[in-house]
Amino acid sequence: MSFDNAYEAIAETHPEGDARWAFGTGFDDPLSGVDTTVPAGVDTADLAAYCLMLGDDALILSQRLTEWVTCAHELEDEVALANIALDLLGQARMLLSRAGSVEGLGRDEDALAYFRSEPEFRNVRLVELPGGDFGRTTAALLVLSTWRLALLNRLVGSSDPVLSAIAAKAVKEVTYHREYAARWAVRLGDGTDYSAERLRSGFADVLPLVDELFTGHAVERRLAAAGVAVDSTELREEFDGVLAQVAEQALLRLPEVNRVGSVGGLAGRDGVHTEHFGYLLAEMQSLARADPEATW
Amino acid sequence: MVTRTERDRTVAAEVAESVTDPELPMLTLADLGVLREVTVTGTGGVVVTITPTYSGCPALTEMRTDLHRRLTEAGYTDVRIRTELSPPWSSSWITERGRRELAEHGIHPPDERSNAPAARDTGGGPVPLTLEPPRREIRCPRCDSTATERTSEFSATACKALYRCLDCREPFEYFKEI
Repeated sequence: MSFDNAYEAIAETHPEGDARWAFGTGFDDPLSGVDTTVPAGVDTADLAAYCLMLGDDALILSQRLTEWVTCAHELEDEVALANIALDLLGQARMLLSRAGSVEGLGRDEDALAYFRSEPEFRNVRLVELPGGDFGRTTAALLVLSTWRLALLNRLVGSSDPVLSAIAAKAVKEVTYHREYAARWAVRLGDGTDYSAERLRSGFADVLPLVDELFTGHAVERRLAAAGVAVDSTELREEFDGVLAQVAEQALLRLPEVNRVGSVGGLAGRDGVHTEHFGYLLAEMQSLARADPEATW
Repeated sequence: MVTRTERDRTVAAEVAESVTDPELPMLTLADLGVLREVTVTGTGGVVVTITPTYSGCPALTEMRTDLHRRLTEAGYTDVRIRTELSPPWSSSWITERGRRELAEHGIHPPDERSNAPAARDTGGGPVPLTLEPPRREIRCPRCDSTATERTSEFSATACKALYRCLDCREPFEYFKEI
């Protein structure tokens, strides 16, 4: 058997039937078999944009966490970070697939992840912050998972059955993510002077970008009014309460920081990103762009 | 009287129920609680409904492929696998047989009385942050000692945590509650 393309030889739809080279090839649509009818009266452009927002947050944070694989401080934490990244990737796949099917332009999850450029991504800028510093990763993961859990928990009540179902699954997963980050925050904050300083410095990098999570984007507000989305301005109180709980246990005084504002009223949700983002995308997209016929 | 369709459904269900999890081959998909429903169309068609354990579980694709292959081998010509996300899968759906199999293979089954936050029903209210390791009744699956400690809430697959026994010193996996 010969192939024009090396990837054909290892793909799921192998002409000889079931001969697969390794576990996990041939990922198909993660919403395969799920009823994805859009509820009546819902604006499809808004719904697609909203799914991209929540999906891109998960995808980009997943990519950042994956960078720890092979270089975390302990094997257990490397495995934990990879597990959290995998959960987020699973959520991203469902949300991007949903966005692709709703927008109706023939783009699947891979087209959306690998063939969009920077201004087309809708994630908040916070998830773009560089990895490589466990204090910063802990702060970023705590902030993002605290916010995301509060959001998903409300999104279970969405009038869109697909978003509601994705949220109900993800709530359980993100609960474990938040616990992980919170326990590490306490361990670092209530550890040595050095570990406490590293955690504080991590929060000093992350906190300037926190406000963007609660701005209540126009897409969110319109969909929230239709019962589909959650207005993120409602999440602040729960978020602040959880962060205060962790800070108290961690003996951490959250640093005073200058907030990073928007750029002419635009931020991550509108496609305006940080200087770190291009490098992240270049790495994440390199294989798919070098060989657009690759399958996995 | 047993109709042909009923007999067909029973056979199809038996085939589907005997397919095992690719990561935990001691468990069938029925034991794991991911197999929701098997229906037949009466014309050689069968529709199997499954649900993922975790959003990112890579085993789901394998399960679909295995179900498709086994049912095709059993003579069904039109096999469709549906995914259902709601209600979300819960570790409490693992059957008694499944729990025994896990324990016999050195994986501690989930403790449904544990206070693991992801397994708690909050009735729609905020999910509480506990900051303490969840209380679980855990005996070492090898030496039965209760002197065990958690080393990580995450292990080789998304569904398991990592523990170790302080008496026999062996590490073991714990199927965690969601």
